[in-house]
Amino acid sequence: MSEITGAQSLVRSLEAAGADNIFGIPGGAILPAYDPLMDSSIRHILVRHEQGAGHAAQGYAAATGRVGVCMATSGPGATNLVTPIADAYMDSVPMVAVTGQVGASMIGTDAFQEADIRGITMPITKHNFLVTDPADIPRTVAEAFYIASTGRPGPVLVDVAKSALQSMTTFAWPTEISLPGYRPVTKPHSKQIREAARLILESRKPVLYVGGGTIRANAHQELRVLAELTGMPVVTTLMALGAFPDSHPQHLGMPGMHGTVAAVAALQKSDLIISLGARFDDRVTGNLDSFAPHAKVIHADIDPAEIGKNRHADVPIVGDCREVISDLVVALQAEQDAGHTGDYEGWVGYLAGLKQRYPLGYETPAEGLAPQYVIQRLSDIAGPDAIYTSGVGQHQMWAAHFVKYEKPRTWLNSGGLGTMGYSVPAAMGAKVGCPDTTVWSIDGDGCFQMTNQELATCAIEGIPIKVAVINNESLGMVRQWQTLFYNERYSNTNLQRHDGPVRIPDFVKLADAYGCVGLACDSADEVDATIEKAMEINDVPVVVDFRVHRDAMVWPMVAAGTSNDEIKYARDLAPEWEHDEL
Amino acid sequence: MSKHTLSVLVEDRPGVLTRIAGLFSRRGFNIESLAVGPTEHDGISRMTIVVNVEESPLEQVTKQLNKLVEVIKIVELDPTASVHRELVLVKVAATAETRGQVLDTVQLFRAKVVDVAPDAVTIQVTGNADKIADFLRVVEPFGIRELVQSGMVAIGRGSRSISERNLRPVSVPAPTAATAG
Repeated sequence: MSEITGAQSLVRSLEAAGADNIFGIPGGAILPAYDPLMDSSIRHILVRHEQGAGHAAQGYAAATGRVGVCMATSGPGATNLVTPIADAYMDSVPMVAVTGQVGASMIGTDAFQEADIRGITMPITKHNFLVTDPADIPRTVAEAFYIASTGRPGPVLVDVAKSALQSMTTFAWPTEISLPGYRPVTKPHSKQIREAARLILESRKPVLYVGGGTIRANAHQELRVLAELTGMPVVTTLMALGAFPDSHPQHLGMPGMHGTVAAVAALQKSDLIISLGARFDDRVTGNLDSFAPHAKVIHADIDPAEIGKNRHADVPIVGDCREVISDLVVALQAEQDAGHTGDYEGWVGYLAGLKQRYPLGYETPAEGLAPQYVIQRLSDIAGPDAIYTSGVGQHQMWAAHFVKYEKPRTWLNSGGLGTMGYSVPAAMGAKVGCPDTTVWSIDGDGCFQMTNQELATCAIEGIPIKVAVINNESLGMVRQWQTLFYNERYSNTNLQRHDGPVRIPDFVKLADAYGCVGLACDSADEVDATIEKAMEINDVPVVVDFRVHRDAMVWPMVAAGTSNDEIKYARDLAPEWEHDEL
Repeated sequence: MSKHTLSVLVEDRPGVLTRIAGLFSRRGFNIESLAVGPTEHDGISRMTIVVNVEESPLEQVTKQLNKLVEVIKIVELDPTASVHRELVLVKVAATAETRGQVLDTVQLFRAKVVDVAPDAVTIQVTGNADKIADFLRVVEPFGIRELVQSGMVAIGRGSRSISERNLRPVSVPAPTAATAG
């Protein structure tokens, strides 16, 4: 076997593992790997900041289902990946991060650009490795891709010492890998499935609580079969939007802090919650003690640690969501064939009434542009085939509310970690993974300023994303909380000068400076024409500065720490539950 | 709160201890005692972890521990069905007048003198936590100059071994360009 460098072995390993795109930035310690990368079939996309590389890898992975790969050098390169790694960990995104490390003999000496990135990322990775022996490179890369993409997906970091990259070694891609402590259970237990089916038939007020796990498991078709077979109402969490069509009559929308009244009520008043790849996050449950007090819980998840973590599970089911749902369909179909069906008529009617009485809505301001209207029109014009990414805050919630999702993997956002700045680089990664799909980054003006340097990457690398900046000149969600809970004292949420009409920065000029097309829109009459113009530009990235009304708020809302029963569908307006109907 | 003894089989790799300790500290658990050492299998270490905690957070931390790739197996040892031992080395002041009484105590507890100096003896005691506490209570009046204590090690009673199963390596095909995703 001929000798090659560790760096060559690393690149060949990444090729063998199926990496086709890597987002990264070179630097001293990782530099040896960049030389063979020049001759590789892998496309390396040179980003402007490592955080952009990480979110791009996430966007790529979330849009395609394949493992996203990012690469950075030691020290600051690696620490700049920490936020996207933590983000990928919270949202179960399959990602492999490759970082250079100082030479093996220098580790622990506080060498130039040395950081213990393996130690730093231990609590935010599914697993991580430090490689100092070049002979370990192929096996480590194989294990990293396997761990990242199986079971509950997540980020895996491979830190490779520069000395290992520079040493000579031989390359042999392993045919098998052995991880005695890693055996994800994908096949659900048949006894639990039977028990779940029994509870579903017995219940009168069941609800399918659908989480992001259904999208990761590609279980959307099975989910639809299950829902239609039983007629049970469906709620999809922020991470699951698109797993079940928004247009489907059984869909009640998103539950949680900014969920629809019908979706919140469906969980809160349920007698049986069937949780599929969801994790009873505090943003969904509100105050946990008063969450869904009369509901039994069937909790299906591939991660046993999620089951019973926040809410007791009456029927725990460990398994891959797709297999769990398929098995449930088989069990319930058999019951139906034997003449056993659930009776949910009163429940479905009650929720349909709530859905009709309390639809998502907003007030059109007397002056200025409603941000919700912009997003509604964007959805209508770009359609359900486009991919939408968002940052974190008001625009994220409006994008969750007012874009009509019909398909999985068309809505990418930072749900668990809530990372401002996710949108633009994630859109870049999604566009690289799905080059024929229109990708809209819906971003806030605060978020946009955290990662918009990747517009340069998009312009230079030919990644024509479209960005809709919902520009309310402030950190809108924080401002909303200040309006509601801090007596309208707007401490440090204004992103513009108090006095002048000058916009800092001018996003249209900024787009232009980055080699993108910059458009601006500040009135409802121009919204359609502006979006249509943006849709026509497909050779370069487009940035549209939607200058919106700054006092718009996200409704409905369950205030942090309170019960879901306290939901308001507009300021000071609580739904009338009409308990008597049930 | 109650005491729980966990036996954890792990792959003997650098960083395993940090991962496990990190999991406990992240969830606000204090490890009362920790002992790590090799087992009858090459490359497999066994940790004995004693924590003082409620039942339900312990279940969560056990599940989280199980998610660590290098953790192979976790067993909670029932105190009535297992043997627990700690080892203490203690330097006790012993003058000509008190030496006899100190040595009597050593005999009484079936401890062992492992070093002698003109004004002190170093004693090795092994046993469960109660025996060691009792011993230290008795020698305390003589003057404890220095004390070092091992973590607790524990093993289930009977002939069964916790490492019988789960240690056989299970191989899976490595990911390739064709199968990735």
